[in-house]
Formats: sequence, structure tokens, C-alpha cells
Amino acid sequence: MAEKVLMKGNEAIAEAAIAAGCRHYFGYPITPQTEIAAYMAKRMPKIGGVFLQAESEVSAVNMVIGAASAGVRVMTSSSSPGISLKSEGLSYMAGCDLPALIVNVQRGGPGLGGIQPSQSDYFQATRGGGHGDYHMLVLAPNSVQEMAQLTIQGFALAEKYRMPCMLLADGTMGQMMEPVELPDSAPEMAEKPWALTGTGLSRKHNIINSLSLTPDELERWNIDRYARYAKVEADEVMYEEYLTEDADVCVVGYGIAARVARNAVNAARAKGIKAGMFRPITLWPFPKAALNKLATTCRAFISVELSMGQLIEDVELAIRCSRPVTLCNRTGGMIPSPEQVLASIEEAAAKLN
Amino acid sequence: MAVVFERPHALTDVPMHYCPGCGHGIIHRLVAEAIDSLGIEGKTIGVASVGCSVFSYNYFNTDMVQAAHGRAPAVATGVKRANPENVVFTYQGDGDLAAIGTAETVHAAARGENITIIFVNNAIYGMTGGQMAPTSLPGQITQTSPYGRDVNTVGYPVKVSEMLSQLDGAAYIERVAINNTKNIRAAAKAIKKAFTYQTEGKGFTLIEVVSTCPTNWGLTPEKAMGWLEENMLPYYPLGVYKDKYADKN
Ligand SMILES: Cc1ncc(C[n+]2csc(CCOP(=O)(O)OP(=O)(O)O)c2C)c(N)n1
Ligand code: SF4
Repeated sequence: MAEKVLMKGNEAIAEAAIAAGCRHYFGYPITPQTEIAAYMAKRMPKIGGVFLQAESEVSAVNMVIGAASAGVRVMTSSSSPGISLKSEGLSYMAGCDLPALIVNVQRGGPGLGGIQPSQSDYFQATRGGGHGDYHMLVLAPNSVQEMAQLTIQGFALAEKYRMPCMLLADGTMGQMMEPVELPDSAPEMAEKPWALTGTGLSRKHNIINSLSLTPDELERWNIDRYARYAKVEADEVMYEEYLTEDADVCVVGYGIAARVARNAVNAARAKGIKAGMFRPITLWPFPKAALNKLATTCRAFISVELSMGQLIEDVELAIRCSRPVTLCNRTGGMIPSPEQVLASIEEAAAKLN
Repeated sequence: MAVVFERPHALTDVPMHYCPGCGHGIIHRLVAEAIDSLGIEGKTIGVASVGCSVFSYNYFNTDMVQAAHGRAPAVATGVKRANPENVVFTYQGDGDLAAIGTAETVHAAARGENITIIFVNNAIYGMTGGQMAPTSLPGQITQTSPYGRDVNTVGYPVKVSEMLSQLDGAAYIERVAINNTKNIRAAAKAIKKAFTYQTEGKGFTLIEVVSTCPTNWGLTPEKAMGWLEENMLPYYPLGVYKDKYADKN
């Protein structure tokens, strides 16, 4: 590991991608993630990489598809409205089994929404966004260090499972300055015998394609892909637990919401309430089993989110509604305060007595 | 003459699904012959589009990727930027290229992207059963212009070669047709020249091929050729619309 440097979240993503060996970036400007594009525009030409500003997010994601087809480590980044436009491409990427990293620095919606932080693309990220039976890996960092680390891990996971990986951050984290340590070496590139590099007249032609007009064939492709997804769900779940061992009330939140939740948990503990925090780091695969296990001891759950009740559905599903789950949220660019979360914890705790 | 019917190496032996008299089969052959004659098959990557030619990924012997509707030039851009030493082409219909993919097309040309686009203009949406295309002619009857294309309500056809030739980034744009031997020869020459330019790093090349869709025009293959000559060629004049390197050839 190199020494620690102070960096903005967005810049940490860009620098980490470069450290991960990514030399191809395609994007389109949108607040609050434009620093990633600006950083890449500056750095890529200096290191023999490619930075290209596309004519739209639709084109950017299709350039990513082209570069991923050619076998290189490639990424794009955007914010909510841009991710909607990229969603067609995400579906194709999943259907073509192509690895790439897609960063969403979320802002408030729907529509043009606002430019302040949000987590309201949770459904879009975890339920697909594009059409068809598919999943993406969805990684949710809660610090600048983790933004860097999960960027690097995201490329490796995407290649390991041949699927798109989304880094789901938000406007606050993109702008936040914290010390970061970047690794000196990139993860090893997976073998890509499927990549389009030219046959060299020495092998059969490779075809990257998501079309099948034969229903039983398309069904087979989907079933095979879901078998791969099952492996991801078994092996790649990541989460953090904080003071959950004896907790009566557990706050569940990811990203920036988890930072607020942690403060509130400390405040609740100071008041004698046995509160804890559960932070999913992979939103897909969602840490269902771990959360369900927690529900055997913990008696109430609170979903803290910057959205109108999206994460809460996964919490309820994970614990199979075996405990009460309440919502503590702000939206539209607003962030819940530690006091608001503390009040929710107190309310939930009061109902237990 | 038997030699003419030999399959080019750059085509697979998979039987093509095109209707009798469809232009796609001829144009595939011309593309494959150009690839053969330049000896570039081993380093060529093709991008199939959405339309009747979607299965071209099964027909070309080169590495192939199938793009979403209209996105082929963006996908080709990604492939080319990843490995600039590869020769990259897209094969697109008029709905794909001139309606849903207009932005991708125009900006690939504007960037001078070093790729080759084979643009098949058959004045109709073939795959979906004969709807109006951006290149359908004024008055042309289609499934979605059952009273004839009314330019007062739906506007005029897009003349792609004329439009793109205005862009500084475009290196070579030519419109050709496949209605007779002479024109087919000219088409073959143009396609080969476009690929040659790409291998020389000269930038964006597009060959618009005026073609037929007998099935959705509701005509026999013979009558379709006649319709092409009488209706399409006057509206879409053949010729070189842009050649940045004309004097230097
Ligand atoms: C996003 C999207 N919209 C619509 C379609 C349906 N569709 C398939 S092919 C096609 C038209 C293709 O026409 P053209 O590009 O002219 O090619 P041709 O079939 O005539 O060769 C359409 C609209 C689709 N596949 N995807
Ligand atoms: S529908 Fe038209 S374009 Fe499609 S294969 Fe048949 S003739 Fe060719």
C-alpha cells in the first residue's frame, strides 16, 4: 500500500480505477459526478489510456459494451438521470455476459429531480433498471477509502462473474474529502477467451450476443446465468455489523445513511438503549441470511435511507417480516440527522417494553 | 464464371435467412469479398445491428458483437478504441441508423471515428414487417403510412450521405446500389475503398447501399429492382458525397 492522500470521493473512484488497471473511460457530464470524468480526461492521455466524452449516456454505455467486448477493463460513471439512459445498455451487458464497472453517484429524483445527494435509485440498481431477467453486482461504499477499494474490487468481481457491477454512491460521498490509501498493484485480469480481438484466422469467430428467438434456448441461457448469480449470492455477500450482538433495535442503512446511523446508535447506547447497526455493503447480493440471523435476537429494525422506502423492502424480505420494521428517511436531496434516527430508535425501543 | 459463386472466406457456411431477392445477401457478399481481398479477416470485428441483418453475426466469419437498436456506431467506437489495430465495421439498416441511431451515427462521423459503416437503405423497416422508415419515400405506402407517406405530417426522408458529408470528421461517404452488375461492381469498389481507408487510419467511412425489400414492398424480386430504379435512385442519387483524400489517391 502506498501512503495516504486526502481525496474527494469522486476523485478516489477515478484514481482507484486507474490503479485497478482500467484504461478506458466513456462518460457524459452530469452533476454530482462530473469530477470523475474531469479526472479521467486529465489522467488517461498521460498513461496511454482512453477518455472519451460521448454524445449521451446511451452512447457512453454502448462504448463501454464495445470495449468490454474487446476484452479491456472499462468503466463509465453518471448520476441518476444518466443511469436511466444507461439502463438499456446494462440489460444488454447482462444479456451478453460482459464485465464493466458503472458508477452511480445518486442525486434526487424522479425526473430531472435535484443535484443533492439521494439513495432513491435503490430499486433501479437492485431490481434491474433495464428489461429482462438479470442482476448486477451492486456495491455501496460508505467512506472515501471504501469508494476506492470497492472500485477495484468491482472490476475484479465483474470479470470473475462476467456481469456488470455498479458502484452505488451518492452526492455527499462524491464530494466528501477523506484520506485514502491506494494499492500498488492491480487485480489480475481474468482470462477472456470470449473477447473479440480478431480470429487471427486461427480460431472460430467469437460472437457476443443476447438474442435468441428460440424460447427454450433463451430460457436455458437465463437459467445458466441465474446459476452463476446463485454462486455470487453464496460467495460474495459483504456487510458490516456494529454493536449488533446484544442489540434490541437494529438500524439498517448503507452508504451515507449508515454514517448517520452509526452516530445515532452511539447516542442511543449513551442513553442506555441497546441499539446496533447493520450495513449492507453489497446491495445485490443483499446480505439476507446475515440479517435474518440477526432477527433471531434483535427485536426491531429501522431502515434509514435517503429515499421514500426502498431499502426497507429488502429488510422486510430478508427477515421475512418476523420483526417490526420502521422507516426513518428523508428524500429529494435531504439527509436524515442523527437526532432523527435517534428519535426513531427511541420510538422503536419504547414499543418493545 | 463459376468462380463468382464461390463463397468468400469471410462468410460462414451458415445458410442465410433472407427472403428471395433481398439485397442483404448480396451486400454481405460484397463486404466479405472486400475483407478477403484486403486479407483483414483475422483482425476484423463486425457489429451487427437490430433489423433483418441482426443474424449477420452468424454469417460473417469475423469476430462479431450484436448491438442494441441504433447503437452500433457507439459499440464500434468502444471496440475500436480498445484495440485500434482491429478493423471495425457496423452493418445497419435505415431504421437502425437514421431513426433510433441518428445521434450515434452523426457523432461517430463527427469524431472521425476510424470505423466503417455499411448502411443498407431499403426505405422500410424490414424485420418488423414493413413500417415507415426515415428513408421511406414521399407517398410510399407502408404499414404505418397506409395512405402513403404524407410529408406534411411526417416530414421528409433523411438523406444520410448528403447529411453526413457536411461533417468535417467524415473521410469518405459514397452512395451505391445493387440493382445491376455495373452498380454492384461500383458498390464492391466503394466498400473495399472504405475498408482500405480504415486500415490507413483515414477516419470515418460510410457506404450507403440502396437496396431492396421485395417482401415488405409487396413486389416480386424483379419488380422490386424496377421499383428501386424508378423511385429510389432519383431521390437518392448515387455517387461520392465526400472523399477527403480524393486528390491523394
Ligand atoms: C429499442 C427497440 N425498439 C424497437 C425494436 C423493434 N425493431 C426491430 S428491427 C426494427 C426496424 C429495423 O429496420 P431497419 O433498420 O430499416 O432494418 P431492416 O430490417 O429493414 O433491414 C425495429 C423497429 C427493437 N428491437 N428495439
Ligand atoms: S423482410 Fe425485406 S429486408 Fe428483411 S429479409 Fe425479407 S426482403 Fe430482406
